[in-house]
Amino acid sequence: MTWAVYLWQLGVCLCAIGLAPLFAGWVGQCRALLQNRSAPSLWQPYRVLRKLFHKEATLANDASWLFRGAPYVVFAAMVLAAAIIPSLTTELPAARVADAIALVGLFATARMFMALAAMDVGTAFGTMGARREMMIGFLTEPALLMVLFNAFLMAGTTALPAIVQNTLTQSQVTLHPSLAFAAVAFVMVLLAENARLPIDNPTTHLELTMIHEAMTLEYSARHLALIEWASWLKLFNYACIGFTLFAPWGIATHGVSPGGIALAMLALVAKLAVAGAALALFETASAKLRLFRAPEFLTMAFLLAVLGLLVHLLLKG
Amino acid sequence: MSLELIAQEGRRLPANVPARRVAVDAQQWTAVARQLQEAGAGLFTLWGADDRDRDGMFHVFAAFLVPGELVVLELAVAGDRPVYPSLERGFPVAARLQRAIHDLLGIRADEGDARPWLRHGGWPEDRFPLRKDFDAATACPGVSRPYPFVRVEGEGVHEIPVGPIHAGTIEPGHFRFSVVGEKVLRLEERLGYAHKGVAKRFEALPLLEGHRLAARVCGDSTVAFSWAYCAALEALAGATVSPRTASLRALALERERIANHVGDLGALGNDAGFAFGLTQFSALKERMLRLNREVFGQRYLMDYIVPGGVRSDVGPRTVRLLLDEGVGIERDVVALRAIYDEHAGLQDRFKGAGQLTPSIAKTQGAFGLVGRASGIEQDLRVTMPWAPYGELRPTAALRMEGDVAARVQVRFDEVMESLRLSRLLLEQLPQGSTSAPVAAVDSDRIGLGVVEGWRGPVMVALEAGAPSAIRRCHVHDPSWQNWPTVDHAIIGNIVPDFPLINKSFNLAYSGHDG
Repeated sequence: MTWAVYLWQLGVCLCAIGLAPLFAGWVGQCRALLQNRSAPSLWQPYRVLRKLFHKEATLANDASWLFRGAPYVVFAAMVLAAAIIPSLTTELPAARVADAIALVGLFATARMFMALAAMDVGTAFGTMGARREMMIGFLTEPALLMVLFNAFLMAGTTALPAIVQNTLTQSQVTLHPSLAFAAVAFVMVLLAENARLPIDNPTTHLELTMIHEAMTLEYSARHLALIEWASWLKLFNYACIGFTLFAPWGIATHGVSPGGIALAMLALVAKLAVAGAALALFETASAKLRLFRAPEFLTMAFLLAVLGLLVHLLLKG
Repeated sequence: MSLELIAQEGRRLPANVPARRVAVDAQQWTAVARQLQEAGAGLFTLWGADDRDRDGMFHVFAAFLVPGELVVLELAVAGDRPVYPSLERGFPVAARLQRAIHDLLGIRADEGDARPWLRHGGWPEDRFPLRKDFDAATACPGVSRPYPFVRVEGEGVHEIPVGPIHAGTIEPGHFRFSVVGEKVLRLEERLGYAHKGVAKRFEALPLLEGHRLAARVCGDSTVAFSWAYCAALEALAGATVSPRTASLRALALERERIANHVGDLGALGNDAGFAFGLTQFSALKERMLRLNREVFGQRYLMDYIVPGGVRSDVGPRTVRLLLDEGVGIERDVVALRAIYDEHAGLQDRFKGAGQLTPSIAKTQGAFGLVGRASGIEQDLRVTMPWAPYGELRPTAALRMEGDVAARVQVRFDEVMESLRLSRLLLEQLPQGSTSAPVAAVDSDRIGLGVVEGWRGPVMVALEAGAPSAIRRCHVHDPSWQNWPTVDHAIIGNIVPDFPLINKSFNLAYSGHDG
């Protein structure tokens, strides 16, 4: 039995690693269709990965171990995060040792390494991107924590599987006003954290406007592949956190059975399809914010999450 | 006294617009320029010529745009001591032109910036490729020296070097930002990476073939440059083109304007993160380009204008096709304009970004589209119409705000106006031949061709040599006027807004670098 659980844990991680590029491909496809472009294949991200892994890596002369090591750290952090998030099942051994606050810490670790590596080679763009990333990061982290606190208060725990259990065991489906606030705040955090419009433009080639891309400009080949993959994983993870908090239906809870997992898988794919289309729709309809409007945007997210908390406390009282 | 000099001694210069030429000495050069400046004239362009084989002298020419005509001052400069009075004080645009003249001909202005502008180490400091005794086939060893950028000192100030190789596939230019945090304190441009030696190449061509090179000076303004060249040549030869030719040329010019503006409008949306705009406007532009190929034989209308005429005529069926296309484009542009105007996120990015105030635009001598977005009411089609624009009576777009939003609106206004002009041209297309003979040209005469391209006024100054060869050909792109204004427009803006601001100017690299 215990062995099986660890196998499932491994399976969940592999599923995240495997599905993340597909999700990115789906978002790209939706965006293209919404913009009246002919869409790239759903498998395009996998092709990108294959191409990058086959290339020879070039490093700046001044690159240190930090620059070379960061892609692995970032990728590992995202895989670990995927291990904690109950995307398919709540029976996750990893989730017992690390709660949602540790998850935020994992994202912060990845961010820190990415920013340090970007500054490591000393180009103007890397530093510029790192600087902007840290500005966005210090605004999104508290907002994300506030969103999570909404769920914590509701479930009385900081463990993500328990939050899922709690939501699923409630007899009727009710929309808690506090969760509605939190959900809006979460979407705003998701956009900012994943370098999406309106905060950052993932498809831009204008180096002066970049945030995330500016940090990766000096990377090539396998390093770049890992960074790209990690950023797709991050988006996937964020989507799964969203499902965990606001739409956990379908996640296998009672024991682990192949049937339950298969059902959970179907539900996950369906949810990802909807979420990806919604993300693309939102991105297509919006223009990028001026950089210094980003703090306003993220303060709004923080405020909404705090309002959610207050509403929860008021209604409870 | 000085302006009277022009009235008394000015000789008519062969050109497609009213133009006069006055030979001056160094003292008059400065005095007349100052008076012209006080009278509100703008410096159009500045060029030099090596005439040491003829009279032992260099010549420097300055073309000024005064209301209703062009005035060209001509100054002879001693061959053994090639220095002339700088025009930089009254006309900031002269600064880079003077540096370019020195790089190419070794004639130096007596004051101002002495750093190279077009010379990037492709030839040695003491060789001047545009001199007659420089063989174009000479191979020069590359010598690269560090370029002294102006440094901004202060706490927390640092530099961001951008280009000439960029993250995207765009043209080469180097931008040195001095910033505090994200705020730009100063921008210094370095251009010249796309210098191809066009002026030298012209001198190896016969007069009747130069239009093909002129068409390749700047690909997106190929119609404007080839028309300007042909106009200069026809003025020199005393040839008159038929009204039908003039109309077809104007049609090509307006189509070039529409296609470029439409492309820019899409790119501007894209640079603000609104990719929808790019795909819609690109599709619109592509429709035009395909019809261009079908009707005129080339997508960008390259080589459509030839000396004495146009390459191909249009029949009644094609006229119908073009008219129908115009209706469709107008409908789509109106719809897209509404989307742009009502998109809060987009307008937030456009409004107030990269403002070039009318006063700075005036002192810097901004030209064309950029000038019209900053309150400078100057459109050669209106102020100095050449055939067929005199009868068409176009209206010039004008905005006062000088920000990205204003340049977007000027583009929309000009697209609508150009669509109207295209329709008029097609509906009232005169009958007649589309080719006229261009006779032999006397040597040692200068002719001017001036055309309002989509960026602004372009000029070709053509000097004939013997027999029917080009002695000197100077092409001028309005980007010379407008690149320095970008330096001003960016001050106080934040670094990530630069690409959008730069795109709203969309200046030429190839046309400028020559």
